[in-house]
Amino acid sequence: MNYSRMMTVMRTDMKHLAQSKDFWIPMMLLGGIFFVLIPTILLSIINSIGNVGAVQQVSQALQLLPQAAQAAVPQGADAGTKVSYVLAVYLLAPIAVIVPLTISTAVGSSSIVGERERGTGEFLAHSPAGVKEIYLGKLIASLIPGYLTTVVGFGLYSLMVNLIVGPDAGGWFFPTPSWWLLILWVLPPFLLIALSLVLRLSARVKSTAAAQQAAGLITFPLILIAYGQSTGALFGGAAVGVSIVMGAVAWIIGFVLLFSGMRSLTRARLLGVANEA
Amino acid sequence: MIPSDTATSAPQPSLTPPPPSTGPDRQPGPTPSQPPLVVEVRDLSKSFGRVPALSNLTILVPESRITVLLGPNGAGKTTAIRIITGALTPDRGTVRTFGFDPDRFGEDVRRRCGVVSAKPALYDRLSGWDNLSYSAELYGLGRNATTQIREAAGRFGIIDALDQQVGGYSTGMKTRLALSRAVLHNPDLLLFDEPTSGLDPESSHAVLDLIREMTGEGRTVVMCTHLLVEAEGLADQIVVLENGTDLIHGTQDELTRRYWPGDIVRLDAEDPDQLDLLWGMDGVLALDRRDGVSELQVDDVARVPELIAALVAAGVRLTRVDPFHPSLEDLYFAIRRERRAPEAGQGLGVFPEVTR
Repeated sequence: MNYSRMMTVMRTDMKHLAQSKDFWIPMMLLGGIFFVLIPTILLSIINSIGNVGAVQQVSQALQLLPQAAQAAVPQGADAGTKVSYVLAVYLLAPIAVIVPLTISTAVGSSSIVGERERGTGEFLAHSPAGVKEIYLGKLIASLIPGYLTTVVGFGLYSLMVNLIVGPDAGGWFFPTPSWWLLILWVLPPFLLIALSLVLRLSARVKSTAAAQQAAGLITFPLILIAYGQSTGALFGGAAVGVSIVMGAVAWIIGFVLLFSGMRSLTRARLLGVANEA
Repeated sequence: MIPSDTATSAPQPSLTPPPPSTGPDRQPGPTPSQPPLVVEVRDLSKSFGRVPALSNLTILVPESRITVLLGPNGAGKTTAIRIITGALTPDRGTVRTFGFDPDRFGEDVRRRCGVVSAKPALYDRLSGWDNLSYSAELYGLGRNATTQIREAAGRFGIIDALDQQVGGYSTGMKTRLALSRAVLHNPDLLLFDEPTSGLDPESSHAVLDLIREMTGEGRTVVMCTHLLVEAEGLADQIVVLENGTDLIHGTQDELTRRYWPGDIVRLDAEDPDQLDLLWGMDGVLALDRRDGVSELQVDDVARVPELIAALVAAGVRLTRVDPFHPSLEDLYFAIRRERRAPEAGQGLGVFPEVTR
């Protein structure tokens, strides 16, 4: 394995992506809508309407949360602040899952079949680069945009939550430890699993459209699983321990799929030669 | 352009063609006077599912020569190139490129090869520079191959466009960039798969000139084409392929001599039947009549004046006397006709030929 060549493939794929405005503008919009726009609107509304009846009722419903989660909510705060806190910390977790999985899947699904469609698979097939180097380079190039969007979005989300909810919740409180767990431990292996599967697909199918269709089928259940895991991680207590273990299991599965997925890419598939794919 | 069938009005060979090239001696190895072989492909077969792409293909490519793989679409030219670099694995047969099995030592082989495919295989959204830079890094030139990139692009006249996105290039510019990329890492073996595909005649000519130049530097070139005019004058060695099999190989002169051993003169007369007088004359090897023109083969072109004088003395009123040099097209169709004739249950004497 020549890591330098792997990084070259990754860099070039990312450069190619960066030149594709039709890809990254929707990607940024997606991140902006999920990480900034929707939370800002929701939290601002709750903050501005204050302790009206509806908010009071939602506040009472918070008692359904696990004990550990309830304990983390600022106890002396008014109902509006409690609802904002819970919303910010616990209920917006899906955004941290949906955004990276959607973006990375979109990139990954076209990465290998895209080479075939452009004809550049011929160039790669005749190059000295090994298929494992190409596969890994493409996987990392697919992973980075999704994860980077999440990290940047997470930063903006943290800033926005602290600015809107922080003053009433006793200061800056976000990100909480459980969010760190989500972003750094739970989410990456699910991205790895999704991309390992999506790149296999991309190596096999005949068109980008077919790859994206099939990738959607793979990522939807993964989004549900990852959402369940992330929610568990955020609710704290024993669920945190379970999430740590589940995260570890996801890492193992991710690496198994990664290594087995390397074999799915062959030069014949880069060339798009029938019956070898 | 080569049609996919043999229907043609091209000139016919007038002598009994050489024996079929099938057999162990159809492509002999190099003799001590010949250059060493860069590529040895022997009895290669490759199928895609149930579709055979190559069948007992043998190609020997000598060093510092231009070998042209000539054949219609689907003859197996592209598959052969892909196997030579190790991009595809053969089902049967042996391949040695620089003496290595490309299936086992693919990286070493591919590092010494430069490939230009029929479709330029460029990244349209990247600049010309980025395309070359990518190749430079994959071929181990590092991230600072500025000098090599400038040299390669300058050589093919594309240096001023390197900052532009390739998507905005014309077809000719893309081909030039693809050629620059192929020579960037200074390969020993260049493989061109229909490099002039989609180019206008002027650009095609320029590209072929550049290819010719490269062999002058000691590089070995394998070029696939179905355009006879491209191979003519460019090829040091021609391998004619059909249905994944090599029909015949050799230099154009060698192949021409095999099909037309003598010098050829085209004749016509007011009364063409009078040309039969040539039959009894010394040095006449064959006489064909076709499309109102007679093709005379003689053992030595120096005999032509005396033969003409004899005809005139016999009262034959000649209307045409032209020396005829068979083109590659003539040769190509002669080869294909020869191969097709037995399949059709026809002897080789189907043509209106007269052989002495």
